[in-house]
Amino acid sequence: MAFNPDNYGLRLFVRYLVLCLIALIFIFPLVFMINSSFKPDSQLLADTSSLRAFLPVGDISLDNYFGAFRRAPVGLFVLNSVLVTGATVLLSLLICSLAAFSFAFLRWKGRDVVLSIVIATLIIPFETIAIPLLLLVSKLPWIGLEGLQWGWLNTYRVQIIPWIADGLTIFLFVQYFKGLPGELIEASRVEGASWWQVYYRVVMPLSGPVLATAAILKFLVMYNQYLWPLIVVQQENYRPVMVGLGYFFQLNVAWGEVMAYLTLITVPVLIFYLFLQRAFIASIASTGVKG
Amino acid sequence: MNLTKHLAGVVIASTCLCVPALAQTKLTMWYHGAGNEVESRTLNQIVSDFNASQSDWAVTIESFPEKSYNDSVAAAALAGNLPDILDVDGPVMPNWAWAGYLQPLPIDESEFADFLPGTKGVWDGKLYSVGLWDAAVALFARQSTLDELGLRTPTLDKPWSREEFMAALDAAKASGKYEFALDLGMNDQAEWYSYAFSPFLQSFGGDIVDRSTYKTAEGALNGEAAQAFGKWWQSLFTGGYAPGTSEDPADQQTGFIDGKFAFQWNGNWRAVATMEAVDDVVFLPAPDFGAGNKIGAGSWQFGVSAKSKHPEGAAEFIKFAAQDKYLAAFSDGIGLIPPTPSAAKMTKNYKDGGPLAVFFDLSKAQALVRPVTPGYVVQAKVFTKALADIANGADVADTLDAAVDEIDADIESNGGYGHR
Repeated sequence: MAFNPDNYGLRLFVRYLVLCLIALIFIFPLVFMINSSFKPDSQLLADTSSLRAFLPVGDISLDNYFGAFRRAPVGLFVLNSVLVTGATVLLSLLICSLAAFSFAFLRWKGRDVVLSIVIATLIIPFETIAIPLLLLVSKLPWIGLEGLQWGWLNTYRVQIIPWIADGLTIFLFVQYFKGLPGELIEASRVEGASWWQVYYRVVMPLSGPVLATAAILKFLVMYNQYLWPLIVVQQENYRPVMVGLGYFFQLNVAWGEVMAYLTLITVPVLIFYLFLQRAFIASIASTGVKG
Repeated sequence: MNLTKHLAGVVIASTCLCVPALAQTKLTMWYHGAGNEVESRTLNQIVSDFNASQSDWAVTIESFPEKSYNDSVAAAALAGNLPDILDVDGPVMPNWAWAGYLQPLPIDESEFADFLPGTKGVWDGKLYSVGLWDAAVALFARQSTLDELGLRTPTLDKPWSREEFMAALDAAKASGKYEFALDLGMNDQAEWYSYAFSPFLQSFGGDIVDRSTYKTAEGALNGEAAQAFGKWWQSLFTGGYAPGTSEDPADQQTGFIDGKFAFQWNGNWRAVATMEAVDDVVFLPAPDFGAGNKIGAGSWQFGVSAKSKHPEGAAEFIKFAAQDKYLAAFSDGIGLIPPTPSAAKMTKNYKDGGPLAVFFDLSKAQALVRPVTPGYVVQAKVFTKALADIANGADVADTLDAAVDEIDADIESNGGYGHR
């Protein structure tokens, strides 16, 4: 069959072929990870030089999963990460949207300068402030059930509070809020609504896409946290999944268990993404922001 | 009434019985082996035995993943949150002592007189840490390979010379049976390079740093001997004897077992798995490149944190853990070398005639600890980069000169690291 550029069917076929190939490139690592998690190390390593690496063939079993649970408290790590991530995402959506509401709709002196400073924080890598922040949180007070305590190390709060507000999330909300029809806000105010009522009765119900985007971006940042928990958490009880990955890298690495662990800790991410993917895509289309 | 009296009696008795436990002062210990089931089990047993053996101290362990352990300790030191007992990698110990993380052990060094040299962490003339095991590297080979290629089996007393070693590699290459004659584990660019390959440099007569002063690498890392080492090192890759830095990690784990390599430069932690898969595996001593045959030494050790308010309690625990029965238990569990001859005799692998006894002898005869200086942590990284660059074709002289400049600049910027 000769190639005819005007042939719609052929063009469609080529387009889908290219798209499928690109999709395969993205999906291969996941397929490799999941398939390898069921194979013994000897077979896993031998299969890496062939397409068998992507197929569930050979000596398949759940041994690596049992091994992973024996080697590390996987459930505890996942629970810690989900708890820290969930709390941070929820608090971040609340605090950052309130801040953005103020920047977008309220008139106050120095507003634009403060917004510029907040956005400027985007260019500061976390690594540069990690040590000063560590020194700060190690001395901060906290009043809890046991009374006044000094130092936040080895707690959930030290993994949550410093990450609640960030420039990117505030910027996302500000951009989205500025795109909402101004007449809606004005009408609400004319009808006697307070600013608080405008926020939660008018603005937030219209902010589904940006909420989803901000939630997913924050989720990914928090779930993949490594450096910060590494330096502020010395107790296993509070360790998240990424630090827990280190349990599997011994002098003789059990690669099958590594793959099983990675598969297990990827599940919450996939569930979260699948749950919000429609809103996420809608938001990317409307804001042009991607993770 | 009787019941009340009975209950009161039980409460009083329980309280009395609890007195020794309540009186125990709590000691915290950090340990690098989270995820290492066997090692953790043995250490937990020691802690449990220690806590039950006396009424003064109670040790609790917090385990960390090895890969991130040093960073966790550095961060905790900054935040003033160090435990009483610290697990420290032997070559890193001088850095932690110099940085003020550790204090000298309040134990007389004579108590560890029969320990292998690599298991004792000495800095500035003081004992800071003691290891419960050591590690050694050897040249893994098959006896059948040696026989087929007509090679003499080297011994500790008469190791291969440089010429014999290269002739062995040539013979393996010419046989056409192997993908490469030698596997060096080049994909692992962490501390493996300085641990495993600096002994080659030292055997040529060079070193990572001038050990007479520890104030410069000039002459040691770029002198005549180091240049000769660099050229030989590069020839391993340009000559097609060994896979380069892009080696598949899987090959380091199974390549020798699968017969892809005739020889493998590897540690005794891979020895047990290799013995299980290769019937006629032999562990050969390092070749002598002119200045004696050398291998690295020094593994994880226990020390007392500088912030500990109970150094005497921490020292008690370390002395308790250093009993032969525990040294033997570690060795049997994880396959590493017991530090004392008496403990070696109690092990299944290192007793006289044991399958790994050769490693104990290698460690005793060939081991040279890595440079005992706080600057080693930087020097190891510089050395690693230089060797990787040379393996990838960089000019030997320029690369070694640049490495010397980098090491010297670091020493200078740290005020000489306290060397007098």
